[in-house]
Amino acid sequence: MIGNVANTALYLRRRAVNSLFIALSVIAAGFGLVWLAFILGALLSAGIEGLSLSVFTQSTAPPGMEGGLANAIVGSLEMCGVAVLLGTPIGLFAGTYLAEYGRHSRFSFAMRFVNDILLSAPSIITGLFVYQVIVLRMGHFSGWAGIVSLMVIVIPVVVRTTENMLLLVPNGLREAASALGAPTSHVIKAVTWRAARAGIITGVLLAVARISGETAPLLFTAFGNLNWQTDLMEPMASLPQVIFNFANSPYEEQHALAWAGALLITAAVLALSIIARLLEGKKRN
Amino acid sequence: MTDFALTDTAANSERAVSARRAALSDGFFRGASLGAALLVPLIFAGVIVSLVSGAWPALSKFGLGFLYTEAWRPIHEEFGALAPIYGTLVTSVLAMLVALPVGIGIAIFLTELCPRPLRRPIGIAIELLAGIPSIIYGIWGLFVFAPWLQERVQTPLMEMVAGVPVLGTLFGGTPYGIGIFTASLILSIMILPFISSVTRDVLETVPPVLKEAAYGLGCTTWEVMWRVALPYARSGVVGGAMLALGRALGATMAVTFVIGNSHHIRASLFEPGTSISATIANEFSEATGDIYISSLIALGLLLFVITFIVLASAQWMLRAIEKRQGA
Repeated sequence: MIGNVANTALYLRRRAVNSLFIALSVIAAGFGLVWLAFILGALLSAGIEGLSLSVFTQSTAPPGMEGGLANAIVGSLEMCGVAVLLGTPIGLFAGTYLAEYGRHSRFSFAMRFVNDILLSAPSIITGLFVYQVIVLRMGHFSGWAGIVSLMVIVIPVVVRTTENMLLLVPNGLREAASALGAPTSHVIKAVTWRAARAGIITGVLLAVARISGETAPLLFTAFGNLNWQTDLMEPMASLPQVIFNFANSPYEEQHALAWAGALLITAAVLALSIIARLLEGKKRN
Repeated sequence: MTDFALTDTAANSERAVSARRAALSDGFFRGASLGAALLVPLIFAGVIVSLVSGAWPALSKFGLGFLYTEAWRPIHEEFGALAPIYGTLVTSVLAMLVALPVGIGIAIFLTELCPRPLRRPIGIAIELLAGIPSIIYGIWGLFVFAPWLQERVQTPLMEMVAGVPVLGTLFGGTPYGIGIFTASLILSIMILPFISSVTRDVLETVPPVLKEAAYGLGCTTWEVMWRVALPYARSGVVGGAMLALGRALGATMAVTFVIGNSHHIRASLFEPGTSISATIANEFSEATGDIYISSLIALGLLLFVITFIVLASAQWMLRAIEKRQGA
């Protein structure tokens, strides 16, 4: 009898603790999602308000004059595009080395470690590095300096996904191709790369998404430019940098442009991530 | 006879050519891969060398005092890193205090409690949000969150705790809206999706058999999560948390907008402060004088060292769980 009473009390307590825990985790989920919805909501309403045709057709202007973001959009596209074009092959080959040539070597072990540190190191450090190495040497800010700092961010991302994707390719495929007499380079090109293609493309898209929002490394490499500029040897505007400068300015119309730019970047990043996810999902099926 | 011999040599030489071509292409491929692979440690070494050499003038001038001096007076060329270090550590720790329980709560909700049809969409939404650039959090924080916080949270909270010994100081001063407190909250929102997506991935590696066995013994959901799933996934959760901490420490844009850029350490969390990355982002392009720039690079070096330690331990823990999974 007494045992039963004690048991009932124990059950009640366990049930209470459990309900409390379930309530707390539902609240946590709600809390998190509400904030994130808040941010996206604010971004949508203020961003759409700031959008207009002139955002895409005119360059940034001094306060008081009508302007847009055309130079920043083009600068972002140009710098991100070149950084990805140059960074992807390097990352692809380095990742291939890790997965195909030196899978178990000590050098690869150290390289993986270093690569993962670079992957999550603060991006402002990248900016300082490129400033020291390129901007000081050249004597001025330039689009190329911006590109190099973005490349430093792209390469580790591509290395990581390439290696991961190549490791998923079954060894039987490589062995079959080698047994047919194909040289190693041909095995890699025609068999393993092809088998891992969707995954690698996903990684590259995620790298593009990552650098298109990077601000810190561009501030003291590409610096920014109020005028239309496509020459990579010159200082160059980019969307994140213009957002940073305009949001900190005291003028309403510049705030509106900053919001419009923020909406454009978020839309681009989300679209890239969704495309990447669809590709990945297709492969899985 | 001669014909046969001729075709034979032709075939042989053709084979030799293609073998040579294969060897050449093999060599090229191997060389290119090794070259690209060498570039990664080279970049890493380049970062360290350039930061150390750039920071050297400031470090040799101020010595270890750089680390514990609060004064930051560009006009007198006096620089101390204490206020940025304090700001970076306090905002990151506060952000983790908020984001860690909430992030784990979301992960548990997603793996255990959420109705099945909702699991994938909510999971994907959280992963997408983890990719939103930090400048978006920054601009939202400056224009929307800080004013709201100032009016709705800071002012009432201050009135509530005014006169209470410790809390009164911690939440005292002037409610500017921007400051250490606001920066910490925005950081916590920023790393939240990150923590929950990593934790969810790790919780999904818990073998269903373990959980089923625990449920079979009559455990409640809470007991299964707290005593079975989380201990099993512990090193992964800690590793993910360390990665998030690394992100928080280095977050630049989310913090720069709202921290207030003041090089004074004040007792109240509502007062403005600064962080390492915010100081660099705000002052670098306007810095004049070699020692000023060098001091900013020294801050960068410091940030790199701190994040290196955090990220290296994160990797170590995540490797451990990978190894166990492989075994």
